[in-house]
Amino acid sequence: MKRSSMIHGVILGTFCLGFGAVLAVTDRMTSDDIAARALDDKQNSLSQVLPDELHDNQPVTDTLTLKNDEGREITIYRARRQGRVTGVAYEIFGTGYSGEIRLMLGVDADGRVLGVRVLAHKETPGLGDKIEVKKGDWILRFTGLSLGNPAPERWKVKKDSGDFDQFAGATITPRGVVRAIHGGLDFFAANKAALLEAN
Amino acid sequence: MKTDYKTIVSDGLWSNNGVLSMLLGLCPAMAMTTSATNGFGMGLATAVVMAASSLLVALFRQRITQEIRIPVFILIVASMVTLVDLAMNAWMHELYKVLGLFIPLIVSNCLPLARLEAFAAKQPPLAALVDGLFMGIGFTLALTSVGAVREILGSGTLFADASLLLGPAFKAIEMRILPADMGVLMMILPPGGFLITGLMVVVKRLFDLRAGREIQMGGAHSAPA
Repeated sequence: MKRSSMIHGVILGTFCLGFGAVLAVTDRMTSDDIAARALDDKQNSLSQVLPDELHDNQPVTDTLTLKNDEGREITIYRARRQGRVTGVAYEIFGTGYSGEIRLMLGVDADGRVLGVRVLAHKETPGLGDKIEVKKGDWILRFTGLSLGNPAPERWKVKKDSGDFDQFAGATITPRGVVRAIHGGLDFFAANKAALLEAN
Repeated sequence: MKTDYKTIVSDGLWSNNGVLSMLLGLCPAMAMTTSATNGFGMGLATAVVMAASSLLVALFRQRITQEIRIPVFILIVASMVTLVDLAMNAWMHELYKVLGLFIPLIVSNCLPLARLEAFAAKQPPLAALVDGLFMGIGFTLALTSVGAVREILGSGTLFADASLLLGPAFKAIEMRILPADMGVLMMILPPGGFLITGLMVVVKRLFDLRAGREIQMGGAHSAPA
């Protein structure tokens, strides 16, 4: 009895060791490629909110970390031309119908929206997911807007007597996104000096 | 012993179908069938993992003793899932962005484990490979059809985003069946998953009754000898 359970232990251990080794080797083989792909993805989402003609640097590696109002660490990606910061992009967070909506917001040096894209959300497919650029143009509406344009009391969805369309059957999602973008612009205004500093 | 490949194939695809006959793997079958494309992608990833782990278990079947078989099976399935996950992330990144979400879920699918226990552990490698592969394809077919019905009723489309998964050539199969505002939202929410999966099981059994075939129920342990 004792001897046989020893043997089982040895067999199981051998299997674990063998598959562990296979996994370790695969991880080694793939880790560089995976890191490169992750960087590509980030660059991709940044290039949608920081137009190419705005910078001659690599915003994805030109970063700065600031704390927002909620004490959350925000990574800022800076676009520069000839050393001067021409625009910044950073993540903003909204509250949707079913959890957090993460977005990437690009703002130029004058505080105008360069572009917004959804990074991740859990909204209802077919209703709230129209905030994604591949499902609709709604999110493109924000390009060029700033804190004063439209006026602060109009930075709301139409149902709340603001300027922005809601979706049929989904008001909470667009409301959350509008609020997040407005908050993102507030963050820019509050940290303007730090964000545009050239060092 | 002669292996009856025809029975293995027809078992996997229809008569002992993982979802519609054995009612196994229902968790991914409900969660991932909000569209035909999602169901297809989940099914495909599962089929790869099932074929690979069935082959491995059959190869090592003399070494895997009765007492430790369950942890070894889980180890093998989990290793295969991790391998597929890493390899796809590195070398098929576009596909990974669509499917990546589903892959870790395969570990929690009891269908691969059931086939390892009921079939692969007692059969020669080639038979086990065929069984894993066709059980996986049967799973893919079931998930794609449940997904298709839910997608048509819920969003009014069929195979939406197929080009993201299969390449631009498949843009042509992306269809709109009903106008956008006709969809019944409930169908793409969890209750719709239960309703449609249940209805599909009924439809399959009616077919079998019609054809005078014996209905296999809960047949997870009925491996062809």
